[in-house]
Amino acid sequence: MSSAPTFKYVEQGGASVLEAAGNWTVFSLRSLGRRHRHWHRTKVSTPQRRPQLIDITRVDHLDTAGVLELLHLAGGGQDADVRAREEGQADLFRVVQSHGVETPPEPHVDWLSHFLAEVGHGVLHIYRQIIALCAFFGETLVVAAGALTQPKRFRPAAIVRQMYDVWVKALVIVGVLCFLIGVVIAYQGVQQLRQFGAETFTVEAVGIGIFRELGVLLTAIIVAGRSGSAFTAQIGTMQVNQEVDAMRAMGLNPIEWLVLPRILALVISMPLLVFWGDMAGLLGGAVACSVYLDFTFVQFFARLRDTVGIWHFYTGMIKAPVFGMIIAAIGCFEGLQVRGSAESVGQLTTRSVVESIFFVIVLDAVFSIIFLLSGV
Amino acid sequence: MAEGGQLVDHRNDRDVVLSLRDVRTQFGDHVIHDRLDFDMFRGEVVGLVGGSGTGKSVLLRTIIGLNPARHGQIEILGMNTRHLHGKAERSLQAHLGVQFQDGALFSSLTVAENIMVPIREHAGLDEEDMRCIAALKIALVGLPADTGEKKPSELSGGMRKRASLARALALDPELLFLDEPTAGLDPIGATHYDELVRDLQRNLGLSVLMVTHDLDSLYAVCDRVAVLLDKRVVVGTIDELLAYGHPWVLEYFRGPRGRAAASGQERKAAFNGK
Repeated sequence: MSSAPTFKYVEQGGASVLEAAGNWTVFSLRSLGRRHRHWHRTKVSTPQRRPQLIDITRVDHLDTAGVLELLHLAGGGQDADVRAREEGQADLFRVVQSHGVETPPEPHVDWLSHFLAEVGHGVLHIYRQIIALCAFFGETLVVAAGALTQPKRFRPAAIVRQMYDVWVKALVIVGVLCFLIGVVIAYQGVQQLRQFGAETFTVEAVGIGIFRELGVLLTAIIVAGRSGSAFTAQIGTMQVNQEVDAMRAMGLNPIEWLVLPRILALVISMPLLVFWGDMAGLLGGAVACSVYLDFTFVQFFARLRDTVGIWHFYTGMIKAPVFGMIIAAIGCFEGLQVRGSAESVGQLTTRSVVESIFFVIVLDAVFSIIFLLSGV
Repeated sequence: MAEGGQLVDHRNDRDVVLSLRDVRTQFGDHVIHDRLDFDMFRGEVVGLVGGSGTGKSVLLRTIIGLNPARHGQIEILGMNTRHLHGKAERSLQAHLGVQFQDGALFSSLTVAENIMVPIREHAGLDEEDMRCIAALKIALVGLPADTGEKKPSELSGGMRKRASLARALALDPELLFLDEPTAGLDPIGATHYDELVRDLQRNLGLSVLMVTHDLDSLYAVCDRVAVLLDKRVVVGTIDELLAYGHPWVLEYFRGPRGRAAASGQERKAAFNGK
């Protein structure tokens, strides 16, 4: 059954003939050996030496790939005749011959121009992305402003449903991670401050660190990874299934139906989550201090009340809804950018998470400057 | 209750390429097919029809091994699929071509790369040969040569179906499965597609099992038709099925659409006869 393909060039009555035998199928071709074939192909590249007849009477199995290889061995052979034992094989041969295609050229890559083109595309893409993002923000604000006059259009049911996903379901993970960060800061604080005999300042380190930056940043990063990506994937899949188009065709504005509830849900949920994360972080700090410093919880929280001003807490809470809005907006925006395929959903989900974390940190820096200038 | 099975023996000394014996499929307690007996012979085109929800696609998935049968045996190209594992299973799959309903082309690859995937996996040819084969298959299914460099998302629905057929043909399968190949094509495109399937079947010596709702395809392309009735399958030519006289079959072929397709086929035959 599996006899390897063989071939030879012979002279018959002054004409050159290619004689083939064995199995010529896509599975057996490999045994011919690449260099061997290549050498023979170049040998018949001159028109005089090109076989006029291909004899396949001794071929057992033949398929299109086999015919293609035989034609190549005959130097192109668009006009070569075939001598076959079975009519079926001759038919197959002629079909391939008539669809004969030249070897498609090797895809040519010029590295420099490829690099320049990629950079150019990249820059143009960022430019278009910024324009589109601004347009998206504008449209969202217009829709939100329009909804102010008819509060029903805020669709409270959808908002509550989204809040369940982005707030309630995130409580455990946010709480656990913030608790652990509280423990870590307290432990590091005790270790470092002990060198100056100032280990009681660990309470300030934990309080200020968690309230001002870590609680809100950590929560924002978790939310970007879990909810921002989910928004992109949900809306992106709807885009692929043409559900968004169906909505538009029914006269429903996707911004109002898909985007606004998600943004509002996250704007409401973020401060709640950050508050929860702050408390978990403080608890972690308190637990660590009770272990390493022999502080009781009462001592820890009394010192916290006396030394850490309430504005440290406010600065974190002010940032929370803004971060929530930017994460939700980018998640929805990228979801609506999805075009065509499943691959696009994956790419844009990645981009959505990266961009929202990027913007969260940029905004955090902006907030730091604002708070520095305003002295809080 | 339909009795099922083959109405008239059409074997004519041909190899059996696909044989189902006493096959049952079910999801949970819900039995979809029961006691299916069905043979397909080398070189024939069989259409698989049935009302919505009778499990045409489920049967196709069961045959190609995506959905295990609860009972009975399925033999493809003389091999019992139940006992196949590992290498033997892969080598059997290399001899089957499947065109899924919506193409199922890998969206991250170009059309040519899509066709090269099974060749690379099963035949291990070098890059240049694979590109040649891919270009040939693209030409065989009647797509322009530059389609090879395009991504599936850049193609129209009809072109995607052809591209997906080209991928199914990549390894010159002996047995080709088509799931609703003409659904969603315009009548001209569907007619061309039918002719394409018929030509390829003749030229490449394929055996084809196609799930279809297209009555024109049934008349134009299929040698026999397998009808799913009351969880069983009844197989025969259209005339035999009409003679069999199950009410669903009669309504299917004698309904207004069925009559139109039949008379269209007669007109065409008369025209060709002149």
